[in-house]
Amino acid sequence: MSPTPAPRFAGTDTYVASEDLRLAVNAALVLQRPLLVKGEPGTGKTLLAEEVARALGMPLYAWHVKSTTKAQQGLYEYDAVSRLRDSQLGDPRVADIGQYIVRGVLWQAFESEVPAVLLIDEIDKADVEFPNDLLRELDRMEFSVYETRQTIRARHRPLVVITSNNEKDLPDAFLRRCFFHYIRFPDAATLQAIVDVHFPGLRAELLRNALDLFFAIRDLPGLKKRPSTSELLDWLRLLVAEQIPAEALHTHDAQLFVPPLHGALVKNEQDLQLFERLVDMNRRGR
Amino acid sequence: MLVDFFLHLRSAGLPVSITELLTLLEALQKDTIAPALGDFYFLARTCLVKDETRFDRYDRAFAHYVHGIEARAASAGALPEEWFRERLRRALDPAELARLQALGWERLMEQLQQRLHEQDGAHHGGSKWIGSRGTSPFGHGGIHPQGVRIGGPSNGGRTAVRVWEARRYRDYDDHVELGTRNIQVALRRLRRFARAGTELELDLPDTIAATARNAGQLDLRLVPQRLNRIKVLLLLDVGGSMDAHVRGVEQLFSAARAQFRNLQSYYFHNCVYDQVWSSNRRRHAERCDTVDLLRRHRADTRLVFVGDATMSPYEILQPWGAIEGGNEEPGATWLQRLVHQFPRVAWINPEPEGLWTYRPSVGIIRELLGGRMYPLTLEGLTRSMRMLARGP
Repeated sequence: MSPTPAPRFAGTDTYVASEDLRLAVNAALVLQRPLLVKGEPGTGKTLLAEEVARALGMPLYAWHVKSTTKAQQGLYEYDAVSRLRDSQLGDPRVADIGQYIVRGVLWQAFESEVPAVLLIDEIDKADVEFPNDLLRELDRMEFSVYETRQTIRARHRPLVVITSNNEKDLPDAFLRRCFFHYIRFPDAATLQAIVDVHFPGLRAELLRNALDLFFAIRDLPGLKKRPSTSELLDWLRLLVAEQIPAEALHTHDAQLFVPPLHGALVKNEQDLQLFERLVDMNRRGR
Repeated sequence: MLVDFFLHLRSAGLPVSITELLTLLEALQKDTIAPALGDFYFLARTCLVKDETRFDRYDRAFAHYVHGIEARAASAGALPEEWFRERLRRALDPAELARLQALGWERLMEQLQQRLHEQDGAHHGGSKWIGSRGTSPFGHGGIHPQGVRIGGPSNGGRTAVRVWEARRYRDYDDHVELGTRNIQVALRRLRRFARAGTELELDLPDTIAATARNAGQLDLRLVPQRLNRIKVLLLLDVGGSMDAHVRGVEQLFSAARAQFRNLQSYYFHNCVYDQVWSSNRRRHAERCDTVDLLRRHRADTRLVFVGDATMSPYEILQPWGAIEGGNEEPGATWLQRLVHQFPRVAWINPEPEGLWTYRPSVGIIRELLGGRMYPLTLEGLTRSMRMLARGP
């Protein structure tokens, strides 16, 4: 479409993207296909779309899907009740049905003057047929409005980023049209880089002790919900705010213990009880 | 182009389609990536593999394919020396390089050329020929500080393991782990929507008709929302050999309770006889008759048994055969009655499917149920739920 080469995404100063993620985003940009992103909760799926929009200077249209969302709501909604009411009151607006069409997120993204990023967040929350209902719109970037008999076409194909929490299987026909990327939980080095990006002034000792504790908690057997990247960052923020010293996160004999402000990491009552029991067992065992 | 790769992936069990292959070729044509094998691995994965449960299969298929290519390339005739030097320089780090140079480039190349010509087959172990896991200076997986790696992974050492050889996605394979969440996903296939409950949605056609009949006075009509109204009757085997499967069955049970609004569950031991109990702790005091189950539930209720079907055959086929005693009619009769009353039935067996043929009781029960026995894996659950949703 445009003669200039497509922009490239290389992570931003606040978002560390792994090599395969950068490649996936660039492939989606160049080939103008939707990008489906899955991963553990808290690994930065929704954040990805925001950062891509920021890095490339594109406006972001976000559609956060709920369990009651229908595909039609993303396109437009026809406010029938208002029209019926206005017709009773003799309002002249009634003559033009276009007045009662409420534009959805996809419509706004299609009408955007500049190329935009469209985020469909947590697509698996909605009904099972929801992704299938969007197939034609995602493929051809156009749809028709039944009430006014117009066809809305995208001026510039938006970059569509779709996130899923893996609660449901997505239909095959939908998957074929997308690129897919799975954000794995970052390894120690990447996690260090992520923390450095968010907390540039953090003392090395505090960070090292905190990361050790974090991985120890992640490795606990039987946890229902393992803490992830966003929880680590929240915890560090709390530690810095409360000015917890590095010594409080470290025992001299490297035993397992319950760290301060652990509520940011372990969010489940059963997990907390399990954690405390393991700490107890450890202490008695030694 | 890449057709071999495509067919190889398909034969490895990955459901890639032609449009996806064309997309990959388009991406390559538009220079999306640098011409490096690692980048190609990521790009092909983004374009062709749409589920993280298949990543491990993809890794293995990719490794196999690349290994095949490299083996073919290594066995080609005369090899240019420049190519070798370049490859060495890229593959080794400075310390290794220094050690190699101790031997001398020229001598090493000479030796390699000579051995390639002399060797006429694959070779493993040993110390002279080119092969794997030996101590000759040529090959892979071996130990020789002054060697050249040809094909295959190194012997654990410190050579950079390529991304697909790392097998990072082994745990995500869908035949492996069951957690409450993915059990719920499997159970969600069993749905039957019906409109019931408080009325919340606007029924436009009805509203228009009612308003028209009302001579223009607005009369809003609402319909209830669609909810999942499926009824499930769950019968669980407890005690004895089932103790080993407690954890898996617990997860299934909690997932089922969260998923199905109308779930009734009862317990039995080994086989269903004339009485079942609804609370395991009060199993002797609070029992209810199986006949009641037959009478109380409608015929479209889905009946799900969970049990390992492992017992002595006489417990099923003989009257008074129950371990806890007291059944006048054999368990088989009761099972037949249940199957007859509830035609949508499935039996979920936590024992692995491979062991079923070794237990005669499993075979008997399977026959009584018309073959509708499924293993307690994600894939087995999905199949059973699909069958229950659609019908026998």
